[in-house]
Amino acid sequence: MAEDAATRPLPEADEASKPFFDGAMLGKLMLMKCADCGAMRIPSRQHCDVCLSANTDWVEASGRGVVRTFGVMHRQYHPAFTVPYNLAFVELEEGPRIVTNIVGIGDADIRVGMPVVVDWERHEDVAVPNFRPA
Amino acid sequence: MPHPARGATAITGLGITPMGRIFGKSATELAADAVREAIQDSGLKKSEIDGLLINAGITGSTGHGINLSLQNYLGLQDLRLLNHMNAAGSTAAQMVQYASLAIAAGMATNVVCVFADAPLVEGKSTGAAYGGPARPSRPKGMAALYAHAGFYGANTSYALATRRHMDLYGTNHDQLGAVAVAERAWATMNPRAQMREPMTLADYHASRWIIEPLHLLDCCLVSNGAVAVIVSAADRAADLAQPPVYVWGMGQGHPGDPLRAGSNWETESGAKIAAQTAFGMAGLGPQDITCCELYDCYTYTVVVTLEDYGFCKKGEGGPFVQDGKLGPGGSLPTNTGGGELSGYYMWGMTPLSEAVIQGRGQGGERQVKNDAILCTGNGGTLSYHGALILSPHRS
Ligand SMILES: [Zn+2]
Repeated sequence: MAEDAATRPLPEADEASKPFFDGAMLGKLMLMKCADCGAMRIPSRQHCDVCLSANTDWVEASGRGVVRTFGVMHRQYHPAFTVPYNLAFVELEEGPRIVTNIVGIGDADIRVGMPVVVDWERHEDVAVPNFRPA
Repeated sequence: MPHPARGATAITGLGITPMGRIFGKSATELAADAVREAIQDSGLKKSEIDGLLINAGITGSTGHGINLSLQNYLGLQDLRLLNHMNAAGSTAAQMVQYASLAIAAGMATNVVCVFADAPLVEGKSTGAAYGGPARPSRPKGMAALYAHAGFYGANTSYALATRRHMDLYGTNHDQLGAVAVAERAWATMNPRAQMREPMTLADYHASRWIIEPLHLLDCCLVSNGAVAVIVSAADRAADLAQPPVYVWGMGQGHPGDPLRAGSNWETESGAKIAAQTAFGMAGLGPQDITCCELYDCYTYTVVVTLEDYGFCKKGEGGPFVQDGKLGPGGSLPTNTGGGELSGYYMWGMTPLSEAVIQGRGQGGERQVKNDAILCTGNGGTLSYHGALILSPHRS
């Protein structure tokens, strides 16, 4: 995983997502929290999707969650991806879901509902949140 | 007291171009072929067309899709209604809805609704057409997590939706395969269908994985082509060339962001909301539907749509379809032209075109007896839903 990941398209922060990627470099999974109603959301929209407030705090998530659902890709669209590989939505303990890859487990052993914890994939100037069985 | 909109409009014209790996015509040229055929089919004069609703397919995101300039290409003058609409796969049903509303309000009398797409390029694979644009080496912002994870378009998101239904309810590949097999059986009787070779459940199981849990034969086709329909006031429809197909019910449903806390986007589609509105307008329930023409981008879409319309309970869609009731001779004929899986992929125009053919009684050897046809459109990943209930009877 780490070997082919090195050549996958690596994210680059934009202005709106900078707190997320800055947190990632420190091993912190950052979410946006509405300063008015408290709703949590995946970055980086500027308005709360519950109350539409634009007053936002950034907070560190626990990094724990469960596999909401997953798939195993067999079609190669990009040379850096060795097929098959898994991809998943993880439902964070705080509620929102995030797209990721599950690491540290064979694709055939992944289950919906499986508890997972963030596992940072670190590169020189960016870190990406994968998840592994908790 | 019936709903005032029930039976107020009808589909009076239908034009369908050749489908599939059709090369040498732009989306605009395909659209013009379909519109010409629909006008001729209806018996209307071109000068009687006073509304035009346009939906570009995937080609619309490349800059080569049909757009408002189609009015000028078609030489339509002094229109009273014009728009370029996009609610993804639900657009075709929605175009008929907005046309019907405009006609009922006296804003227009005969409205052409047209879809055209030309994503297939000669010499390039079908898979390349919907894989999305090439990825930059450093994609920006949060969306970059999708690129990094290797997430590629609708195949990926529908695989994830299907997986959750399978896990929660025990839905299995024999059941998903039953949808594909039933639709192929219908397609063998449709001269327009792209896939007319008979297919067995074993063929389905043997087809390669695209992204587990989706086999190749769980996934829709990709097509170049165009479809146009004409919506007219019911009073006008009675004098025209074709048997009218009346609009009895209309509804939409759009559940919202799948990433928000609490969303059940994988297993509860917009059909749940649309069903209430459309059945309410028609004064019908699922037990009254004689034939379904459902948006079937994937086999699973059919399963979840049937559940959300109440043909069976949530979670029971797998066993519901497994007995073959969707196929020829079954108790709930569904996607009688082969659908998007085996017929042709014209977004929501695939179910709509077949619903018109069936409603007119022009289905040939695949014709089923019809009183009320449920015709659906679905877009995004179960995100956008449009419903029509159509009938050969005015009331
Ligand atoms: Zn809020």
